[in-house]
Amino acid sequence: MCPTNKTLALLLAAATLLAAATPAGEQQLSVYAPVATYALPVLERSGHEYVGLLELLEPLGRVSSELAGSHWKIRYNAIDGEFVAGKRRCKIHGHDFDLTAPFQVENSRGLVPVASLTTLLPRFLGAPVNFHESARRLFVGDVAVETSFQMESGPPPRLVVNFSAPVNPTIATEPGHLRMVFKHDAVVSPGSQSISFDNKVITQASFSENNGVAELEVDATTPLLASFSNNGRTITLAAAPTNAANAPPPPAAAGTANPPPAPAASGNAPASARRPLAVVDPAHGGEERGAALSDTLAEKDVTLGFARLLRHELEGRGFAVLLLRDADTTLTLDQRAEAANRARAAVYISLHAVSQGTGARVYTALLPVEQPSQGTFHAWNSAQAGALPVSRNLAAAFVAELQKRQFPSHGSSASLRPLNNLLMPAVAVELAPGNNGIAELTSANYQDQAAAAIADAVASLRDRLGVQP
Amino acid sequence: MIPRHLLLGVAAMAVLVVAMGIYAGRMRQRARELAPQAEALPVAAPASGPTETVTLYVADDAAGALRAQSAKIPLPGGRQQRAEELLRALLRIYQQPGAVHPLGPAADLRSIYLIDPGAAVIDLNAAFADQHRSGILTEQLTVNSLVETLAVNVPGIHRVNILVEGKTRDTLAGHADLTEWFDVATMEQAGNQ
Repeated sequence: MCPTNKTLALLLAAATLLAAATPAGEQQLSVYAPVATYALPVLERSGHEYVGLLELLEPLGRVSSELAGSHWKIRYNAIDGEFVAGKRRCKIHGHDFDLTAPFQVENSRGLVPVASLTTLLPRFLGAPVNFHESARRLFVGDVAVETSFQMESGPPPRLVVNFSAPVNPTIATEPGHLRMVFKHDAVVSPGSQSISFDNKVITQASFSENNGVAELEVDATTPLLASFSNNGRTITLAAAPTNAANAPPPPAAAGTANPPPAPAASGNAPASARRPLAVVDPAHGGEERGAALSDTLAEKDVTLGFARLLRHELEGRGFAVLLLRDADTTLTLDQRAEAANRARAAVYISLHAVSQGTGARVYTALLPVEQPSQGTFHAWNSAQAGALPVSRNLAAAFVAELQKRQFPSHGSSASLRPLNNLLMPAVAVELAPGNNGIAELTSANYQDQAAAAIADAVASLRDRLGVQP
Repeated sequence: MIPRHLLLGVAAMAVLVVAMGIYAGRMRQRARELAPQAEALPVAAPASGPTETVTLYVADDAAGALRAQSAKIPLPGGRQQRAEELLRALLRIYQQPGAVHPLGPAADLRSIYLIDPGAAVIDLNAAFADQHRSGILTEQLTVNSLVETLAVNVPGIHRVNILVEGKTRDTLAGHADLTEWFDVATMEQAGNQ
């Protein structure tokens, strides 16, 4: 199988460890239903695990409860239930049932044993439930997401993981394996808990589930590159290039190929059309001062000086450069995006400055809730979607080059306009002081070093830049 | 000729008027001094309900990330009140002396609206945004912290919008875009990368 469409490449060398979903020791129950996926805290009482029944049913339909003395009544849609504090016997829709442990009432909340959910819930919901009790994962209706594997020996070897519905796992890497954690996806076991592959690079995949979360772990002898395709239904794992950030684009068979670069510049670009156009955007300006970096220093002034240095560095590496402002002028975010899109720039770089922290942070767009494109027109607020994979590669290259020059640097996503509105690879850099305090932000040497790092990173991905379809 | 007792009466009244004027001026001055302090105090709604252990996602500026922190707080039964208490507990952490991600002393939550299916609207007061430090990282951490804490502890929330004084605001403090809905799953994935 050959992955198509948009490919999200995660550079595993730069990936951070997965943050814990819940603090150690806190128990939770995950519920997967056609209308909602959610997690509830599990409480331990007298050696039994309990969950709030009202909270469990609330996302699934219309529900109300009432406490009268020791009697706790609940109505879910048209189904009535009656429970008595301290008693196992309960009544649902006129029929008696026995819970596995006494019903509990705490501050008007009705708690039922987790072990009773398999018999209790179908009476309320009128639909079958499948409860993985040891993992506390509850499937309401036909929502399970099936998993299958396809090993392609390559070279390079690739493991194609197909899901029956789109998934959105968090992905973390550690030496020797890649871990996908499904907190919101109803992913179930592929049949066997562990599957071995007849391959020297990708050796094994194992599935596990615990405390409301499913995990898929893939063992490999080299770092892996994960890419999404098929609208989130396929995740392809392949060996990462040795120096991923600076490597040339991988072959199409690797599933991470990008479209050829667009024509370099439009007629209003300031330099030769044969050279790729880089748009450099000094953030803020004019009436919009940005952050107050000190009593006398405004962010808008630092970004402008930094942008001029970056222009010089990029021109030295064969780029035409368009500075969106070369003076203390006011530009709206929409105007900035329009200018870059109209110029059909190959790359867009937004420059910011901040007084807190040290080094530099690199950001790509955090796209809002997806808006469908209208025919051939891109949705304005998610125009970046097509270019985002290359933007992330570019951000990783920025981080690598900045770190080479001893800038503490990290990459992440931010809801920062106008990144969302751009059709080309787009990255924002927020420059913080070094070890010598705020004055370093205006130091030509400090800014020069950062500008050279950014220019090197852009040049390393020159062939992959351009307006993305 | 004006009788002496009338002169004395007028003089006494004049003295009384001047004294009252001075007293009123001092009272106004004192009221002005006290007013800003009173406004700077966060308004914390009285919470009632069972104490629960919840997970708050607390921004850490130095680490540039959120860290999960358990807290025991009284939570009412209703989803909306529960959501509001959760975020107020979060704000209290940020307003403690020496907080790793300080917010302004008058920053507060006005309300949270839960809109089915799966949407929540957080309404912050003006001071929350006006007193917020400006910068991509610090603003994004605040947004992530609010959204993650809400989504993890209140079941069924998949997208969140943030208003300031009941209105859409372009950015929190010059950077983080507040005009769009935040997708919980996307933010969680971004936070873990």
